[in-house]
Amino acid sequence: MPNKRIGQQTIELPLRPALCGNAAFVGNKEGEGPLAADFDFIASDELYGQESFELAEKQLYLDAINLAITKGSSKPEDVQFLLGGDLLNQIITASFSARELGIPFVGLYGACSTMAESLCIGGMLLDGGHADEVVCAASSHFCTAERQYRFPLEFGSQRTPTAQWTVTGAGATLLSNAPKSPPLAHITHICMGRVIDLGITDANNMGAAMAPAAADTLLALLADTKTTPNDYDLIITGDLAQVGYDLLVQLMREQRMPLSPEKYVDCGLLIFDREKQDTHAGGSGCGCSATVLNAHILPKLQSGELRRVIFMATGALMSTTSSLQGESIPGIAHAVVLESPMGGRKS
Amino acid sequence: MNKQRLHTDPTHYNQLTDRYSPPSDMKTCLLRSFWVGGLICTIGQGIMDIGIHFLDMSVRDAGSLCSIVLIFTTALLTGIGVFDKIGQYAGAGSFVPITGFANAVVSPALEFRREGLILGLGAKLFTIAGPVLVYGVGLSVIVGVIYALFIH
Repeated sequence: MPNKRIGQQTIELPLRPALCGNAAFVGNKEGEGPLAADFDFIASDELYGQESFELAEKQLYLDAINLAITKGSSKPEDVQFLLGGDLLNQIITASFSARELGIPFVGLYGACSTMAESLCIGGMLLDGGHADEVVCAASSHFCTAERQYRFPLEFGSQRTPTAQWTVTGAGATLLSNAPKSPPLAHITHICMGRVIDLGITDANNMGAAMAPAAADTLLALLADTKTTPNDYDLIITGDLAQVGYDLLVQLMREQRMPLSPEKYVDCGLLIFDREKQDTHAGGSGCGCSATVLNAHILPKLQSGELRRVIFMATGALMSTTSSLQGESIPGIAHAVVLESPMGGRKS
Repeated sequence: MNKQRLHTDPTHYNQLTDRYSPPSDMKTCLLRSFWVGGLICTIGQGIMDIGIHFLDMSVRDAGSLCSIVLIFTTALLTGIGVFDKIGQYAGAGSFVPITGFANAVVSPALEFRREGLILGLGAKLFTIAGPVLVYGVGLSVIVGVIYALFIH
């Protein structure tokens, strides 16, 4: 059995599983943001034709998965695993969607890191020969997250400048060993992160809570693959938003692995116009990295505009109970290295 | 495996976090809450004056009229989705007057109606206002006892 582990934490996937179907369904606020043209579908309101926000999120999730499978020229019957999660208690969005899809389901909870977590596990399943086709998905909804983690929607409270705005949206990706449609990208390496906690307790500053985990995973991946940030066209973090972005840049500078501003972006900063849309530090939620990856990044990899990127989604693993009991916020980050079908380096 | 990779200690990281986390803009916040809060109180005083001078009410009745009108207006504004925007703008300015209390009761009522009348609306109605009631009523009892024993 060949050992695919390289270094301490990274796993190389020699079969280079293909990402061959992508879908991103978002809410109306995201549809007014800078990436509006990239999304597959923009809902006209938060309810998306459903009776409750929870059902609306589930429908977005289902529709995104179905479209990703269709765009990958496959059928739900042929997909062997659904790997996914969301932010709600007991990940009901993912499991209720799985109830309707009939695909064997692996429910994941990695808070906002779920999209990267599902791609890591999906990639390993394919590379290990345990499946030929899997679908990975993650979602969040502003209204369902708000009531679970904070206050009722109509409650007139003030947000702090470090607070983030939960993205309403669902993203899904079809992974295959034998793609039936032209691949968008290939997974070459994955790096599953450790839980890192440097003692941040402010639930309104999740970027700060997650940045050390992002630095830890990124340093592991770079050390294991013997690369530097300059070897990648782009490093994409999930939802660190402005505070976490600045902190990660600072941490990486201190570790002598500086990130250049042209080659480092954060999905939470891409999805909203922070000033015009009043989203404070930026976007957050599983749906943030899931929709930006599928709608904005994967097409650029397919066209060859980007050749090799690190997609690293970050999660804050607290609950309302742990926050009330004064516990600090543990962070996590999972990374996947994605390469363009046109090759990993520009000629 | 548990080798420390990130050479940063929590104290240093806390300093970094403080440096990169923008603080609330106190000047703007205070100014906004002052003028909105002041306006709400002025409207309240206006309602009382109308009660006393035009509707021939006692001061006590006019006070009740004022509370009723402000609470109803807040409930209506909460229901049509306007009050949360006022709250985001004004902060304590709209929260400290009786309007904040009305909003704190009406917003969970709207939010949790979907989970049913008993365990949804009924159980969650006072999730935000509950602590204010508990400690407000509790403190008033203590003050009342002190007043009865030592001052009266």
